[in-house]
Amino acid sequence: MTNMIMYILLIFLVICALAVSFSKNLLNSILIYMSYSLIISVIWVLLESPDLAITEAAVGAGVTSLLFFATLKKIQAIVKTDKKEELDHE
Amino acid sequence: MSKKVTSEKYKKTLSHKLETWFYGTEDVYVNRVEMKPQREFLESEETIQTRENEKQKLLKNIYDVSNNKELNLFEKSYKLFCVFFCCVVIFTLLVAVSYMPTFGDSNNPVHNEVSERYIESGMQETGAVNIVTGMILDYRAFDTLGESHVLFVATCTVLILLRDDKKKLVEKRKTRLYEDKILQTVAKVLVPPVLIFGIYVVLAGHLGPGGGFSGGAIIGAALILYSNAFGFEKTNKFFNANTYKWTSFCALATYSVSKCYSFYTGANHIHSIIPLGIPGHLISSGLILVLNICVGVVVTGTMYTFYVMFRKGGY
Repeated sequence: MTNMIMYILLIFLVICALAVSFSKNLLNSILIYMSYSLIISVIWVLLESPDLAITEAAVGAGVTSLLFFATLKKIQAIVKTDKKEELDHE
Repeated sequence: MSKKVTSEKYKKTLSHKLETWFYGTEDVYVNRVEMKPQREFLESEETIQTRENEKQKLLKNIYDVSNNKELNLFEKSYKLFCVFFCCVVIFTLLVAVSYMPTFGDSNNPVHNEVSERYIESGMQETGAVNIVTGMILDYRAFDTLGESHVLFVATCTVLILLRDDKKKLVEKRKTRLYEDKILQTVAKVLVPPVLIFGIYVVLAGHLGPGGGFSGGAIIGAALILYSNAFGFEKTNKFFNANTYKWTSFCALATYSVSKCYSFYTGANHIHSIIPLGIPGHLISSGLILVLNICVGVVVTGTMYTFYVMFRKGGY
């Protein structure tokens, strides 16, 4: 059973890793990267290293992707959605 | 006997020059170097057009793929070599992985006398139930000291690179906060438990999975969520540049001072005076709890400062 879960997670991992590089929207690739970190933290739990799992979930899925979002905003890569929102408000 | 010199005479002496240089009372560049305030680079439309035209000409003449046979061949072979190179790299990596020892095998070279020592007598020597924490904060505390200093240096670099001047900061502060009801309600419910969980992970690093780094990252994430929901003005009340400076300084100093006895003696089996306590209790395992708190404080400050610098360029 654990082996089955492991294989499914590993396949998801490969799919996520490919999808990050092939997705055209930068925002989407960051979200996929977040899910990649979450999957790998589950894999750490299955490999019996919960210390790493906690760190991976907090740093990989939490803080790193937040920094990526902030960077995208700084280089104005998510400007399009902002404009749409403004139009909706008006 | 020292003799008194008039102030006009004194100004010509070398010691006066040294004094002004030392205290920085005189700007060296004033009246000596021609200075101009920096202007924003503006390009007229004509130059843009000529530049574009030249670019088009260049593309037509040099990169003429339809007529230039060599270039055509090069482009095709370039793509082919790219695919070939990727295949070779993937193949070699897979072959290398297949030669690695299988996961969890008892005959692996990892299972030598070092890990045997850690597993067998780790709890008696460090007093930590969690072997990993006992390893990184007692046997290899020097590595962890370097790691926390690396984090501090990284924050300093980010501060140097991304910090805005005061004028810009004030303008940015005036921008209103986009108040989101859903985010604020979720943050109200989520932030306290996340903070408490982070503190638990830091404090229970020697009893179970966790430790300073992961706990600090969790607390930092909670702070980021709070500042996102309620604006930076609320977090500035309890966490600003001064707080970061002093907390990380105190944490790093405590770490260095409390561990320096073994650093300076090269960990030569000097008997520690600090009692190890009973393994499994919260206050036990000597210095590990204190070191965990220090690392947690440093990591929290680092995570939050990174975010603030990326978003706003200043506290």
